[in-house]
Amino acid sequence: MDDLDQLYQDLILDHYKQPRHRQALADKDVSAEAENPLCGDQLRLAVEVDGNCVRSIRHDGKGCAISQASASMMSETLTGKPVAEVRALLGDFIAAMRDEREFDSAWPDEWLALQGVKKFPLRVKCATLAWHALNRALDKQGSS
Amino acid sequence: MAPTPKPQTSGQPLDVQRIRADFPILRQRVHGDRPLVYLDNAATSQKPQAVIDALTTYYTEYNANVHRALHYLGERATAGYEAVRGIIARFIGAPEDGVVIFTRGTTESINLVARTWGPDQVQAGDTIIATGMEHHSNLVPWQMLCQERGAKLKLVPVNDDGTLDLTAYTEYLTDRTRLVAVTHVSNVLGTVNPVREMAQRAHAVGARVLVDAAQSVPYMPVNVADLEADFFVFSGHKCGGPTGAGVCWARRELAEAMPPFMGGGEMIERVHDDHATWAEVPYKFEAGTPSIADVIALGAALEYLEGIGMEAIHAYEQKLTAYAIGALARLPGVRVFGKAPERGGAVSFDVAGLHPHDLSQYVDQQGIAIRAGHLCAQPLMRRLGVPAVSRASLAYYNTTGEIDALVAAIGKAQHFFGHG
Repeated sequence: MDDLDQLYQDLILDHYKQPRHRQALADKDVSAEAENPLCGDQLRLAVEVDGNCVRSIRHDGKGCAISQASASMMSETLTGKPVAEVRALLGDFIAAMRDEREFDSAWPDEWLALQGVKKFPLRVKCATLAWHALNRALDKQGSS
Repeated sequence: MAPTPKPQTSGQPLDVQRIRADFPILRQRVHGDRPLVYLDNAATSQKPQAVIDALTTYYTEYNANVHRALHYLGERATAGYEAVRGIIARFIGAPEDGVVIFTRGTTESINLVARTWGPDQVQAGDTIIATGMEHHSNLVPWQMLCQERGAKLKLVPVNDDGTLDLTAYTEYLTDRTRLVAVTHVSNVLGTVNPVREMAQRAHAVGARVLVDAAQSVPYMPVNVADLEADFFVFSGHKCGGPTGAGVCWARRELAEAMPPFMGGGEMIERVHDDHATWAEVPYKFEAGTPSIADVIALGAALEYLEGIGMEAIHAYEQKLTAYAIGALARLPGVRVFGKAPERGGAVSFDVAGLHPHDLSQYVDQQGIAIRAGHLCAQPLMRRLGVPAVSRASLAYYNTTGEIDALVAAIGKAQHFFGHG
């Protein structure tokens, strides 16, 4: 597989072309926004927390295949999990994308598919945009 | 400083293959033996061997600090550094009543004017006029100045064809207008703005004019006297020179009235315990050890361009730009921005359903360097209704074959991302 095929694995292109948990959000539902000034990615998240559980994650925005697929993959794999676990996983994934830890082979295929992005340091920000936004959304939920 | 006489050029159309041989970087192959196709010239240009040699010669033969060292190396370095002011004045057709100030680049030149000329000249209730197609470097310093001074900043709207709305511009001009800051050539749309006409209208109400020439100096013959600019700024690294050397040309009377930019060595006349007096222009704006090697190599870059001839470069790039626009516009789903009757070699475009970042990554793997993003022009992106664009920007060492390679790569990318 060449570098480009690693970057744009089939699973990533699948999420890009058919994003999960994506819908046009009303402004009042938006819990966090993120922008990547490098390429003009824009992303908005609407996160619902029910007790200790992340009940739903929805997203909209415009951006590159990596940022949009990554938002879809994140929403797909973290919905329904306890807040504390989501927090820990967000930290683990971002650290792995920054090469501060190994990818765990037990992680979902969607996450492992994003490993190829590490070879393109400028694109790591695209891949982690949604994950940082979810962190901020949970910060807000925690403080309200 | 009186410009030194210009060398004779042949007046011949340029021979692109001969020119390409002057650029060692263009010979390499990338990403698995693909020829490098460099189409990001509006961001920075490649450097001819003559410029690389000028840097090497400085460091191997006469590296020394300027203006202070009373020894052989110091004298040679000072002479080499100072001679570039004359080369620049000649290259940009500067009138004799002006001064060449060395900076790091366009951004620093504009900040120099905003922070030294600005506070004295701009008062609460005054207006500064910029345009809707400015690079952030010719916008943010004016936003900062206007906020500090309680002045208003107005942006001349951009028409659908990529030209400026000169009717609105004329309406914005009043006797409270202190400055018009305008780009000579747009880094996104390629538009060549009617700077001379705009300057004449500005002067009629007593306003000063700053011309951002970052994209025009490398592309076309320029003449500051004809343009009637009060400040004329550009970067050396977009003209074949190294990074770290740029130019702020200013009318002498304005420069003399401006306070220093930064304090330190070089910019002083006499330093007392509690205060100091300033050196003459331009030195009062050049605190600290300047980028000596880079300035000297910038001189070599401008002489290299003069050797080819800016008329020949301009004519060649115009043909190349028309070819690129035609080839891109023929691709299904591709929209080219900027249809001004007079335009430079920055060709921005949008491919339906394909984000510029994905496109640029894809074509990079084919060895082709283009730019993707907001191109440091977020207000213009909003005007165009896109978050980002892709841009191929051409130089006199590019070929029609390279444009064909880009067009083929875009077709492949459309297929790869499922929109072909």
